[in-house]
Amino acid sequence: MTSSEVLEVIGSRERQPDQLIEVLQDLQASCGYLPEDALREVSHRLEVPLIDVFSVASFYKAFSLTPRGKHVVTVCMGTACHVRGAPRMLDEALGLLRVEAGGTTEDGLFSVERVNCLGTCALGPVVVLDGEYHHHMTTAKLRKLIATVREAEQVVTVNG
Amino acid sequence: MARIATVEQLVARQAALAEERDSRPITLTICSGTCCHSLACESVIRALHRELVQQGLADQVRVRVTGCQGFCEQGPVVSVEPGGVLYCRVTADDARDIVARTLAAGEVVEELLYVDPVTGVRARGEDEIPFYSAQDRVLLGQNRLVDPRSLDDYLGIGGYGALAKVLTTMQPEEVIEEIKASGLRGRGGGGFPTGRKWELCRAAPGDEHYVICNADEGDPGAYMDRSVLEGNPHAVLEGMLIGAYAIGSREGYVYVRNEYPLAVSHSRTAIAEARDRGLLGDHILDSGFSFDVRIVRGAGAFVCGESTALISSVEGKVGEPRPKDVHTVAEGLRQQPSNLNNVETWANVPLIMRHGAEWFAARGTERSKGTKIFALTGHVKNTGLIEVAMGTPLRTIVYDIGGGAQNGHDIKAVQTGGPSGGCLPPSLFHLPVDFDTLAEVGSMVGSGGMVVMDQRTCMVDVARYFVNFLEDESCGKCIPCRLGLERMREIITDIAEGRGRPEQLDLLEDLGATMAATSLCALGKTAPNPVLSTLRYFRDEYDAHINEQRCPAGVCRELIRYSIDEDFCTGCGACRRACPHGAIEGLKKQPHRIDPALCNKCGVCATECKSGAVLVA
Repeated sequence: MTSSEVLEVIGSRERQPDQLIEVLQDLQASCGYLPEDALREVSHRLEVPLIDVFSVASFYKAFSLTPRGKHVVTVCMGTACHVRGAPRMLDEALGLLRVEAGGTTEDGLFSVERVNCLGTCALGPVVVLDGEYHHHMTTAKLRKLIATVREAEQVVTVNG
Repeated sequence: MARIATVEQLVARQAALAEERDSRPITLTICSGTCCHSLACESVIRALHRELVQQGLADQVRVRVTGCQGFCEQGPVVSVEPGGVLYCRVTADDARDIVARTLAAGEVVEELLYVDPVTGVRARGEDEIPFYSAQDRVLLGQNRLVDPRSLDDYLGIGGYGALAKVLTTMQPEEVIEEIKASGLRGRGGGGFPTGRKWELCRAAPGDEHYVICNADEGDPGAYMDRSVLEGNPHAVLEGMLIGAYAIGSREGYVYVRNEYPLAVSHSRTAIAEARDRGLLGDHILDSGFSFDVRIVRGAGAFVCGESTALISSVEGKVGEPRPKDVHTVAEGLRQQPSNLNNVETWANVPLIMRHGAEWFAARGTERSKGTKIFALTGHVKNTGLIEVAMGTPLRTIVYDIGGGAQNGHDIKAVQTGGPSGGCLPPSLFHLPVDFDTLAEVGSMVGSGGMVVMDQRTCMVDVARYFVNFLEDESCGKCIPCRLGLERMREIITDIAEGRGRPEQLDLLEDLGATMAATSLCALGKTAPNPVLSTLRYFRDEYDAHINEQRCPAGVCRELIRYSIDEDFCTGCGACRRACPHGAIEGLKKQPHRIDPALCNKCGVCATECKSGAVLVA
């Protein structure tokens, strides 16, 4: 992310320390994570000490300091999903993709993340793939979902 | 759209909208809350519009896309007015039938009606479905009447009328007295009397007074606030406006979880439109009252539901709580008096001001007035959002509204109040649900999560789940919470993995009491509740884990073993393909077997097996 791109995200919020979280949210959304250079720029522009920028960036779960995969599989671990088998969904996703929770596959295609509750408790277990909600999940449905993305990626590789 | 600058203009606009509504009475209402959204309601909406055009009915029928209507399990739901016919689990393919048969020919599409899982009888509308008929949907019922992205829809049901009444006929102190008289208590979990809080904030000296809406609904298993903010954001704004007038505030904030994208989007739209039309800003309705609201998005920290942590987060800082020797009503945001209420509390305010304190207080128990919304989830037939009068017995909620257990299992517990609450056994299901009764038996109403658990749930595992959750979410500032939860997790992990000792149960109780007495904020003070309540009501399960190294529900991995019954295995290979750990081998049409060395006991094979050949022991 270039300095001018970061400035564009900051927009009119320069010298407004109370806008730190909002700015980081927007950076996270546009970049997928918070690169160190961007955090330095934010610190400078919002006039917040770098140590405070890092403490906020590492405190909140929405922020990631490392790049995430091209596709993000988010498993809801809320109570309602838990009693309906969310731990199995997480196991299946981690086992299939051979990553740790919060980690990214070596090819950079997938990240698997946990979220504490998405508020769609009536439909649990819920798994989100790239922002799209998948409800009443089973391990079989999850395997199919991941396979579909993999296949689509292979098509891209072959054609591209 | 024209500005609404005076009360006269507001009244005229409300009347014009009512007239327009009456001139086109046929309405198709489609739920588009987050759940129905996940269930592809967008394609249903597109298909309905297309059919209306193709069948020449587009001019006569109004299509209203609403927020959550509560019956999430049966979504997407479509209702037809007049008549109140309710269609469940509608797909895009059903659009043609709904338009041709119901709208054009006036008949009911039987196959889309709700089928009662107990009696097998089809129900035509809400009044015939126990899930709805046993409820009292004072607040949630409004969601069906408004498109959350339309200020006009809210005006059409009398919206902002309570604000007009307050601004023109009442002094701020009178508003506070009315709220006090209604008996409204905070819906976020604390249950603090709302009117009293407003009074304290108004009286506190300061350059500015702030009002804040807490929409940081972090409790796993709860989504009441999401649905209210997402489905009826103007009701929350009107409540905040009335509160701001009563308290003497010019500036307000909505602190909303970023995990709720639709709630963020709808509240943004609502604020922008209210500002455009003059209902936020300077000299609202030609009065001396000026007020504006900003949205602050949370960034995923459970502790930010706590008032002082939330305020710190609004200021752009790390969400750590501070001691409450000085309350936020006296010194909150930017060290100024700040009044924080949750979404549902704010949304109740316009109703109280419109209908009066007595009307509100007519529902509920002596010390818990009005209705409360709960998220009913877990192992019940009907899951969704429900609203009942305070004091409704747990039994009514679980069995009448929820329809009881799924698939013939027995219900073992109801978890109320999220990670700060507790698990209550069926022997307590006669208890009325109100702030005080649930607290007396070791749980709490909390913000309103209600997770039903059947015999397949291990209560030690549930306690472990919450301890893990809380350890992860503890901000780490105070020692009792930070270290207490770590020790608690170690002990409960020992028990769940078969290394527990009987004396550890006393230690858990002792540790819990210490944490409750000494933690800095409510997160730590209430953190032991899931452990203490399961110990109190399900001690036999702890004993089985400790004394017999046995998990009666077959959940705790270290105490169970998976195997395949050769007599039942058809050799279909479903389990082998599904096993994420490559622990199952076997030839086609030959009995398969599980390699215990590779098996991590995730249970995927058992859920995949169609012939019930996977055994858990």
